[in-house]
Amino acid sequence: MSPISRGFHRRRAPEGEAGRLPPGQYLTEGFPVLSAGPTPHTPLANWTFSITRSGETKGSWTWQELQALPAETVTVDIHCVTRWSKFDTGWRGVSVDTLLDRVEHDGSYVMAFCDGGYTTNLPLEDVTGGKAWVAFDYDGKALAPEHGGPARLLVPHLYFWKSAKWVRGLDLRDRDAPGFWETYGYHMYGDPWREQRYAGD
Amino acid sequence: MAGTAVRGRLTWQVATVAGLTRETPSVCTIELEPPDWAGHRAGQHLDVRLTAEDGYRAERSYSIASAPGERLSITVERLDDGEVSPYLTDELQVGDELELRGPIGGYFVWEPGDGSPLMLLAGGSGVVPLRCILRERVRTGSDVPARLLYSARTLPDVIYRGELGQHHDGVEVSYTLTRDHPPGWTGHTGRINADLLADTAWPAAANPVAYVCGPTSFVETAAAALVGLGYPPERVKTERFGATGGP
Repeated sequence: MSPISRGFHRRRAPEGEAGRLPPGQYLTEGFPVLSAGPTPHTPLANWTFSITRSGETKGSWTWQELQALPAETVTVDIHCVTRWSKFDTGWRGVSVDTLLDRVEHDGSYVMAFCDGGYTTNLPLEDVTGGKAWVAFDYDGKALAPEHGGPARLLVPHLYFWKSAKWVRGLDLRDRDAPGFWETYGYHMYGDPWREQRYAGD
Repeated sequence: MAGTAVRGRLTWQVATVAGLTRETPSVCTIELEPPDWAGHRAGQHLDVRLTAEDGYRAERSYSIASAPGERLSITVERLDDGEVSPYLTDELQVGDELELRGPIGGYFVWEPGDGSPLMLLAGGSGVVPLRCILRERVRTGSDVPARLLYSARTLPDVIYRGELGQHHDGVEVSYTLTRDHPPGWTGHTGRINADLLADTAWPAAANPVAYVCGPTSFVETAAAALVGLGYPPERVKTERFGATGGP
């Protein structure tokens, strides 16, 4: 039984968005930044995106090669585990399906890996079927470094730490293993609609 | 990184407010007595949940201000357009109950066994987890040299000013005031930048570890400057609180 905090009340109007805000989240108009460590800056000339499996590179794209692939424009709601949500964010990027279709692949999970050493784990089925992108434009402009530019993973149906900033590739795996924040107690899957913030939620 | 995995379920518990200390006009330290606190590490945070009479609930994360082993406390800054922080800083009374769970986080933590010189960089209320680290350093008798550079708007905005002014061997505290400073102020002024850090931070050759906490712009500037001074990126731990600050 939760104690009632007398004098505490909802300050923000529900905005007529019933059913659109996951439990425990609030709406923000800004675009807050959350990342561990300094923002890396990799020159585009040295940038590649790779799909790997057991130490073997199955496919790799330079920045120009990625830009030459069919891109999609998507408008999605995003939800951060620190409780802000932002509606109708506009992105442009290459669907992960488009990349995987071009390489031989198997496995049940992926570990996204990034400049700066960040990793995060996802089931393969959560980055396929039109659910995930390697995004490089935000709001019509090149994605800013502090928001993960030049490119970040975009997996909007999971908490936003799964949308790895500065992403450089996906490593295909047979088994699930914790990534960076997951090692520190955050949830392995991170569904905002089930409030899977921390391990055990 | 020696992250201790937190794999047990974090359950909500009802804590009693045991003390309130006004740190500045907009900042309050709240001492909490939870029935079952397994302890924490310096730098971790906890979640607070409030429930209104109509059943509406809101949760927020706050850095833990107290050292492990001390009575648990958080320090909260009022955000004028916030929903939870004005209640915590202005309405809460000793004896009230609120729900919390934690500790949370294993990245932005300091272990007393780490012998590296500490470079602590605080922007505004980002000083809270760094104060926890400094208290833990004193509590455990650690002799690692520590420097804190604290950026605040004005002198009255400095949180824990009395405590930070007390002398501890091996600890150097300096301030930069960004908006206004009193006559005769001999500390730094203006926003943090690469020149200020070149003058105040441990040289990279000393193999320091840096903890940077504050608003996004502060953290971006400070972390980039430390990397520019030769700090390996993995030795610059950052925590940005813009994400939890609300719109």
